[in-house]
Amino acid sequence: MSGNSPHGAMNITLDLWRQKGPGAPGHFETHRVEANEHMSFLEMLDVLNERLVREGHDPVAFDHDCREGICGSCALTLDGKPHGPRARTTVCQLHMREYTDGAHIRVEPFRALSFPVVKDLAVDRSAFDRIQQAGGYVSVNTGAAPDANALPIRKESADDAFDAAACIGCGACVAACPNASAMLFTAAKVSQFALLPQGQPERRERVIAMVEQMDHEGFGNCTNHHECEAACPKAISVTNIARMNREYMRAMLLETPQAETAG
Amino acid sequence: MAQDNTTRVSSASTLDSKSPSGPMAERWSKHKFDLKLVNPANRRKFEILVVGTGLAGASAAATLAEMGYNVKAFCIHDSPRRAHSIAAQGGINAAKNYKNDGDSVHRLFYDTVKGGDYRSRESNVHRLAEVSLQIIDQCVAQGVPFAREYGGLLDNRSFGGAQVARTFYARGQTGQQLLLGAYSALNRMIRAGRVKMLTRREMLDLVVIDGVARGIITRNLTTGEVERHAGHAVLLCTGGYGNVFYLSTNAKNSNVTAAWRAHRRGAYFANPCYTQIHPTCIPRSGDYQSKLTLMSESLRNDGRVWVPRKPHDERAPAQIPDAERYYFLEERYPSFGNLVPRDVASRNAKSVCDEGQGVGPSGEAVYLDFRDAIQRDSKTAVQSRYGNLFEMYERITGDDPYQTPMRIYPAVHYTMGGLWVDYNLESTIPGLFVLGEANFSDHGANRLGASALMQGLADGYFVVPATVASHLAGRALPPVDTTHPAFQAIEADARGRLQMLLAVNGSRTVDDFHRVLGRTMWDKCGMARNAAGLKSALTDIQELRASFWQDVKVIGDPNTINQDLEKAGRVADFMEFAELKVRDALERDESCGGHFREEHQTEEGEAKRDDEHFAHVAAWEYRGEGQAEVRHQEPLTFEEVKLTTRSYK
Repeated sequence: MSGNSPHGAMNITLDLWRQKGPGAPGHFETHRVEANEHMSFLEMLDVLNERLVREGHDPVAFDHDCREGICGSCALTLDGKPHGPRARTTVCQLHMREYTDGAHIRVEPFRALSFPVVKDLAVDRSAFDRIQQAGGYVSVNTGAAPDANALPIRKESADDAFDAAACIGCGACVAACPNASAMLFTAAKVSQFALLPQGQPERRERVIAMVEQMDHEGFGNCTNHHECEAACPKAISVTNIARMNREYMRAMLLETPQAETAG
Repeated sequence: MAQDNTTRVSSASTLDSKSPSGPMAERWSKHKFDLKLVNPANRRKFEILVVGTGLAGASAAATLAEMGYNVKAFCIHDSPRRAHSIAAQGGINAAKNYKNDGDSVHRLFYDTVKGGDYRSRESNVHRLAEVSLQIIDQCVAQGVPFAREYGGLLDNRSFGGAQVARTFYARGQTGQQLLLGAYSALNRMIRAGRVKMLTRREMLDLVVIDGVARGIITRNLTTGEVERHAGHAVLLCTGGYGNVFYLSTNAKNSNVTAAWRAHRRGAYFANPCYTQIHPTCIPRSGDYQSKLTLMSESLRNDGRVWVPRKPHDERAPAQIPDAERYYFLEERYPSFGNLVPRDVASRNAKSVCDEGQGVGPSGEAVYLDFRDAIQRDSKTAVQSRYGNLFEMYERITGDDPYQTPMRIYPAVHYTMGGLWVDYNLESTIPGLFVLGEANFSDHGANRLGASALMQGLADGYFVVPATVASHLAGRALPPVDTTHPAFQAIEADARGRLQMLLAVNGSRTVDDFHRVLGRTMWDKCGMARNAAGLKSALTDIQELRASFWQDVKVIGDPNTINQDLEKAGRVADFMEFAELKVRDALERDESCGGHFREEHQTEEGEAKRDDEHFAHVAAWEYRGEGQAEVRHQEPLTFEEVKLTTRSYK
């Protein structure tokens, strides 16, 4: 099996962020783990947690579920990098072979004012849901849809919309941004619908409502560092942010706000 | 807690499926007309509790709210967008016949009944095939970015051996895009104040009052608080039980607790022995393995499956000449070759590994080799078809599949059994409806590829929104609130269980028990089963369960976030469920679909059904702690699709 030694044992030292709950003071705790290069990073944390339980200590809380890079639950910052060192890879898909034996790794939650710590490495990302609730949808009741092929869509538009829609809502973009901005996350959904004919009727209201909610949640603004794209496990492009800015300008300046005419 | 080993089989008591009569193609329309309706102005008087917000739950919650009902929805995740529906890769079937290749509602219906090895209910399957058309319309209207052709119309592909191209897809992320579509519909209703969404909540029990489901008990996973919720109907959309095997392609938090607790309150559990094993998963690499990752079965279109002819051959794959390679699927099944159905491919992989021909460190893997496809079509061509899958494989294993064959092994993927439901998707507890993978539903003993997404959305968008009215308008539902003594009693039960788990304070971790349970289930109730193995599994499970309650160690405080306690509750329920699953496998003394009893196979090693004795759904009734469950039957009749034997030779 080329490159795969059956052994591959590794000794890893972790500085782990421990915090009992929201607002509680936190601190780093150091643990040594006997790992293996074939383990995923989260499996290495499982090994640590089982040992902590056996020794009667509180295991480290962290969010995870699918462990195949699509649900967006896992949210760890490793040595300052959201999801760790490997590009386009969620931390659940990161394997220990990315590290060398003896590595010392600092493990923190996704840091942002709008993502308060729930416990240890788990954070509250409900702000993301509220941004989506503000306008991340097409208003179509079940049963009211025309035949699916009644609306041809250019393949290029559909592909671009897909690229934006591939966002998994993990929050790495926010954690990577020096301003803790949620522009990439919000722009991905705004773009998906701006690129598709189904999104046109509510295009203006959508971008205004989602941007307002984003600001309301306390996320910062974009100052073009593009750390978000670099950290994004799905490689969502920053061109979506430019598109959202255009959409927002257009909505605010070029069209008559319906809210005014409606009084 | 040990149960006696005798199973009382009640063949006298049969279950009423409430299937409509008349011509198959008109049944759903006729039934909808016959159903009671709730006047739009009255819908706001009803509160519907929706547990789980994957495809089935999110689509149901959104649709019911659009209709005017009050909806309270619950999910165990921090957001409804994270449900495991999101991980489905391949696609969703619909009988649109956009390819003009002879597809029709009848053909999808026919393929699904046959693919399920004649163990599903014809009326339900026909409805599923009909509704498939509307699902695609609905999803496209929501802005789901399905793959398109250059002319701007929707693209389709053939999937899982189907002879027509009826699968709609969004790259390898169809489940994600469909779930985000349902999530967006749900969000719209949350914003409108019509759905109250409660995240990080786990259902601990069902509250049944005067024989009707009237509420649930949940635990707030952030604060530890145990909560009561009352309503007029409860919809369980909580997924399947694949994690009883510990290792599966399910997400780590997928569990059977909500379904199992409902079962203990009176909902019959149907066909728990039916499990689908997917042939192309990445094999485990060690004891620390926490889950298995599926590779789309589209890989079998170009990859060739082989093992070394010589057992325990340690050579690198490239060093093994063609003459010493055993392309076992091609040799054994010359006409279908590497494209035999999932269950056949899986069993054959296991059999060569059992003969010592398996590869990799564990010996539990076979090669899936793209060498010939790359030579024939070029690396670029293979990359354009499977690039993302090859990359995923490399990320997990560290091997480059362009250079060295992939190693694959079957893994538990989907569960066809689930809570028994009638044609209205109502369980044996009035007012308790079960949707998606959580019900036993439409796939019989084997599910076809790209049909799970279809069923989840059919149930949520189109079936339950119509059928729930039969309960709401058809039964007197006196006002009930959470001060009712039943809520008090059942909440006390739930709290008691949490305390019991914490009180054991033994020496073994929850995962330790779960791994042992999973190994037992995989070895004795997995891809192939036999009576002796199943009987010994019953003893193993009973002993393991006894040991769990004496020696498990669960850390911490129930009044805060406590992931160890969450896991412990789920594993405790898996250990009860496992026994029922094994019992069902033992009782079903035939082979069908994903249930392969070694005693019942053809000379070619194919599943051999016994239609005379087992053309029925087995639905199990819980009778109390320490009592044997009672096996009821729902006879299956086949009016449209003639019973035949599958053959892939």
